[in-house]
Amino acid sequence: MTNGFALKLGIAVVLLSGLSACGNIEPWVKPYERQALADPIMSANPNPISGSYMDHVFEAREGARGALGGGGGGCGCN
Amino acid sequence: MSLLPNKVPNKRRSIFRIAALAALATPLLASAGVLPDDRADALYHRYEGGGVTIQGPSVLVRKKMAEKYAISANYYQDMITSASIDVEVSGASEYKEERDQYSLGLEYLRGKTTYNLNYTNSEENDYEAKTTSFGISQDLFGDLTTITMGFSRGEDVVGNSTDPTFEQDIDRWSYRVGVAQILTKSIITSLNLEVITDEGFLNNPYRSYRYFSPTDDRLFVLAQEIYPRTRTSNAVALNGRYFLPYRAAVYGGYRFFTDTWGIRADTFEVGYVQPIKQQWTLEARVRYYKQDHADFYSDIFDRVNQQNFLARDKELSTFNSVAFRIGASYEFAQSGWRFVKKGSLNLFYDRIEFSYDDFRDARFSLLPSDNANFRPAGSEPFYEFGANVVQAFVSIWF
Repeated sequence: MTNGFALKLGIAVVLLSGLSACGNIEPWVKPYERQALADPIMSANPNPISGSYMDHVFEAREGARGALGGGGGGCGCN
Repeated sequence: MSLLPNKVPNKRRSIFRIAALAALATPLLASAGVLPDDRADALYHRYEGGGVTIQGPSVLVRKKMAEKYAISANYYQDMITSASIDVEVSGASEYKEERDQYSLGLEYLRGKTTYNLNYTNSEENDYEAKTTSFGISQDLFGDLTTITMGFSRGEDVVGNSTDPTFEQDIDRWSYRVGVAQILTKSIITSLNLEVITDEGFLNNPYRSYRYFSPTDDRLFVLAQEIYPRTRTSNAVALNGRYFLPYRAAVYGGYRFFTDTWGIRADTFEVGYVQPIKQQWTLEARVRYYKQDHADFYSDIFDRVNQQNFLARDKELSTFNSVAFRIGASYEFAQSGWRFVKKGSLNLFYDRIEFSYDDFRDARFSLLPSDNANFRPAGSEPFYEFGANVVQAFVSIWF
């Protein structure tokens, strides 16, 4: 069941990646309109050394784990 | 019956490596087309609660080269002093131990794709863990969307400080995907999914479950826990962040979790970030967590070996926690000083309240039966405790 779940996730991402080849989707937020999004206060993880420490504080005391997103693909969440 | 200190269960050690790898990796909502800035952080952390004190330093350095490559390194240390309720109930005395962890990360940017590779090694006197992680991040749709994928492989060796012949392995696999999406000029969201599988010796050689004493059911007897040898978990998280017109940010998130041990958990959080003048940034956050217990968990069993798997880790019980945070950051050298582009001083304080629904404070039934506070086994009050978490760190960008 787990492998099936992982496979579906993989397929979904591959399909999504394939869409990029179309290249015709017009960005509805232009690059020059992203000033607010680029503000440091909009960063999901402005201080990685601190964010990962707090993730550890919680996960060490809870049953749940994973999907923290801090890794952006590099998180060794196991 | 174990009289040994109850140490951190294996599944909880793995997060230390997660912490390191997450620290090395690019923040999810950052554009995959740009490598993070050169930066160095030095942090002191201290956790105190439930009879446990854990403190130590963490140092993280990231440096990019030719705007295409980046290298990062992290050293993290825990110095632990523990006289937790588990230690007390087992009859052991306070213990101290230390854990050292080293991590190294590499990133490579090619067009709108970032590849990253991380390795972490963690060592204690009775536990060693190695984790290798690979990830890809890709910008799409005019950089409105960033997708991520990752895979990790972990190999642990579990020892026992009182038995040199004891040595058991754990294999771990993690698969994850994520999407970060810019919705409007002021809203960004992300969705992350992760599947994790563990196989091997997943319980802790020092921990015990308890059952009613066959000779006096007001008392209990301890026996070593038995966990399943496999565990698979699924987690999905949705997060969002909104930029308020007067330059502040509000954020929120929800995570749903299930696993093959029967644990189901929900995590909610909401926070607010407020810059003040040019140099200060204040933050406040509330986080709520709740979970249902594992299928093989019980606060007290009727008899020894009542079932195939038996556990009494409070981390596997039904409980909830509420965490409140306040934090402040002060930026200095904003216009640069020598090789430093800017720097910041940061102080964060979190207060966490844990409240257990089926984990009882067994110390009450260890009291002499003529003590006014004595309670029979299985009738003790439910356990609860609060913890204070402090982080102080300095960051410089160069």
